[in-house]
Amino acid sequence: MLELKHINKYYNPGTVNEMCLFQDFNLSIEKNEFVSVVGSNGSGKTSMLNLICGSIDTDGGTILIDGKDISKEKEYQRARYMGRVYQNPAMGTCPSMTIKENMSLADNKGKMFGLKAGTNKKRVDFYRESLRQLGLGLEDKMDVKVGSLSGGQRQAMALVMSTLTPIDFLILDEHTAALDPKTAELIMELTDKVVKEKKLTTIMVTHNLRYAVEYGSRLIMMHQGEIVMDYKGKEKDKIDTDDILRKFNEISIECGN
Amino acid sequence: MDLLFTILEQGLIYGLLALGIYITYKILDFPDLTVDGSFPLGAAVTAILIKNGMNPYLTLPISFLAGGVAGICTGLIHVKFKVRDLLSGVIVMTGLYTINMLVAGTNNLPIFSCENIFKNKWLEKLFGGEIPSYSKLLIIFIIVLIAKLLLDFFLNTQSGYLLRAVGDNDLLVTSLAKDKGNVKIIGLAIANGLVSLSGCVFCQEQKVFEISSGTGALVLGLASVIIGISLLKGVPFIKATTAVLIGSILYKACVAIAIRNFEPVFMKLITAVLFLIILIISMDRKKKVKNNA
Repeated sequence: MLELKHINKYYNPGTVNEMCLFQDFNLSIEKNEFVSVVGSNGSGKTSMLNLICGSIDTDGGTILIDGKDISKEKEYQRARYMGRVYQNPAMGTCPSMTIKENMSLADNKGKMFGLKAGTNKKRVDFYRESLRQLGLGLEDKMDVKVGSLSGGQRQAMALVMSTLTPIDFLILDEHTAALDPKTAELIMELTDKVVKEKKLTTIMVTHNLRYAVEYGSRLIMMHQGEIVMDYKGKEKDKIDTDDILRKFNEISIECGN
Repeated sequence: MDLLFTILEQGLIYGLLALGIYITYKILDFPDLTVDGSFPLGAAVTAILIKNGMNPYLTLPISFLAGGVAGICTGLIHVKFKVRDLLSGVIVMTGLYTINMLVAGTNNLPIFSCENIFKNKWLEKLFGGEIPSYSKLLIIFIIVLIAKLLLDFFLNTQSGYLLRAVGDNDLLVTSLAKDKGNVKIIGLAIANGLVSLSGCVFCQEQKVFEISSGTGALVLGLASVIIGISLLKGVPFIKATTAVLIGSILYKACVAIAIRNFEPVFMKLITAVLFLIILIISMDRKKKVKNNA
């Protein structure tokens, strides 16, 4: 279980541009929940992910995983139990290394990086098998540099790599936003498959309302650092994209736009 | 023939330097100016140890370690105090000038009369009296080969993979639950260790420690790396490390040919102009590739 308790976050503190994003922000995510997060730009979706992952520090409050406070842990320490896929497909892989080498890196996550051979030959078949499930033909290109793959292929790899070792949380930061509709669909299906197979607790930020409605067990809408909509279970099954759009419009009217 | 030998010797000695710069420039993507200080550091350490009667072969690992420490300093300044990469190198390089002077005790320490890795009792015994002239090149070749093979081996280990990943995409290293700062520090240590080793061999070859021997080391190394990599890119069965060594020899050959027609005082200017020409040529090639793609 992941809990954010009384989180405060300010940007540019002490200057005229000071902006308070989160004030007493609370959110708790149960084990095995698949949460879709929607909201307009600047509503704090990505900031929330960054706070959870430790890419930015909180200005108050605690972040708990199964009751353990992790808010003092550094980003790389938290990475032991989290996998993250970014919007930019280039961020999840190493372009100048081959597919095999990238997979070997991901396979060794959380372990010692010592003076053993970088690629364990016994594991190559397993890498191939993991890639075969993507259906992109990557398993036949093990010695190709990742930099020469397309964005969709790289994002698929990033997804496989971030979930190759056992993790508790999968953080998806608009991971289909930079892809064409068809590839986005494919990646979304893969995501759903991986999450179900490995029973991962997942937080997915997306601008695609249809994905938010179709996938996941819970839907959250954020606005100006607050949660303005939160449906789970049966409630979530009932809502459709029109409901979300209506809510979006309501918020915009409140803001005077 | 003599000229060819000199070019090969010098090219290989500076090849060690180029291997170090290959790590920082190509793998880590870190503009490391420390090398201008760690090259003479290796020379200073070597000169003073040999002067005090140490076995010349032991100076090789010791100077590697000394350079490693210099690299760690740069890394710590950059990673722990968040000083920009270029400035961290400048700070350590500047500090090393004094350190080198203190280590050697003077700015010019000749070791003509002492034994060195090219001329000692053990070698005399091995060759039965007279040491042949080709032995120098052979010894340099063996040292460089060992350094290259060890580096190749390291780059193919798990930590080597991590080192390559950190220059490529440091976010990925973080997501592998590893501190990217530590990886950078290790990379800088190995790179400066190699540079210092290059200084060590250079000092024994010249039989003198000169405080200014490191000036321009970075440019020289960079030129070698860029020539090697851009000329031999895509050639099958040639590793980047081999390409860098060949680049270093080619660069020395260019300089040697140029220097024959000029006064020695033009040395640095020729170096700079050659480097510029190489940069322009290698960029031109890149553009062509892009246009064709």
